[in-house]
Amino acid sequence: MNVTVNGKPMELEPGTTVEGLLTLLGVPRQYLAVAVNRDITPKSEYAALKLAEGDRVEIVRPMGGGA
Amino acid sequence: MYDSNLVIGGKEFSSRLIVGTGKYSSTEVMKQAHEESGAQMVTVALRRVSLPTGESILDFIDTSRYTLLPNTAGCYTADEAIRTAYLAREAGLGDLVKLEVIGDSRTLFPDVQGLLEATKTLAKDGFVVMPYTNDDPVMAKRLEDAGAAVVMPLGAPIGSGLGIRNPYNIKIILETVSVPVIVDAGVGTASDAAIAMELGCDGVLMNTAIAAARDPAAMARAMKLAVEAGRLAFKSGRMPKKLYATASSPLEGVPDWTT
Repeated sequence: MNVTVNGKPMELEPGTTVEGLLTLLGVPRQYLAVAVNRDITPKSEYAALKLAEGDRVEIVRPMGGGA
Repeated sequence: MYDSNLVIGGKEFSSRLIVGTGKYSSTEVMKQAHEESGAQMVTVALRRVSLPTGESILDFIDTSRYTLLPNTAGCYTADEAIRTAYLAREAGLGDLVKLEVIGDSRTLFPDVQGLLEATKTLAKDGFVVMPYTNDDPVMAKRLEDAGAAVVMPLGAPIGSGLGIRNPYNIKIILETVSVPVIVDAGVGTASDAAIAMELGCDGVLMNTAIAAARDPAAMARAMKLAVEAGRLAFKSGRMPKKLYATASSPLEGVPDWTT
């Protein structure tokens, strides 16, 4: 299935969860936040939430910035 | 010794300088600047993880020493800013938010209508909202009424280094609201920070003035001293200004040299 991760197209196995995606990408978990289709995904739901065709996933973390 | 602490969201800060984490030539330079600034709160942005992931900014910020202040920089609507604040909270960055709703990309002036809306929503949901606003006393009052924990008027446009362009409005804001007033944006050099504090502001937030200095660590120290000096001068009560001279040596007992 095709999803968009941080604005880039990505092909995933059907049934891939948020947890699965993060593991696949090897993203460090500290201070991480995820939103799927504009809704923020609580950490407690990473393992259960299955991504679907066309989903837009945002994975963010703190970066340097002032204003 | 001379002063009380700055209290934001129930947390006490002896430093009244808040600094940023952007635009530094290296994370090592940033770390040194933070150290010299004496700041206890640093602001961070929230951005997409770039893949593959490299080092994190938080590898260079000791979170046991510095309170993190996530910002909503780059948000142009209340909705975007609100979602960013929730993302920050979900990321484990806490309830503080430097709320920015930008209205124009050239000046980065705030969209105060969106700002007010986002302040209301986030304050209701338990965030400690620190809105970046313009130097308008009426809007400052509205933000306070909407639940803002502090108000943060700009001294001048973000990253401009033009200083405190309208000290009179800042003074009126200080008389209008009872929450702390922190000048956010516009400071270019130490005297600008001192002016903000001499006016009676509770703190100053800056990024570029330090990060874009030739020697950021030295400028950070200058800013720390300026904020402290300005605060102390404000608390001391300055002498009244007068148009003509008043001698400060006794007029009596001057020797007579006339022949």
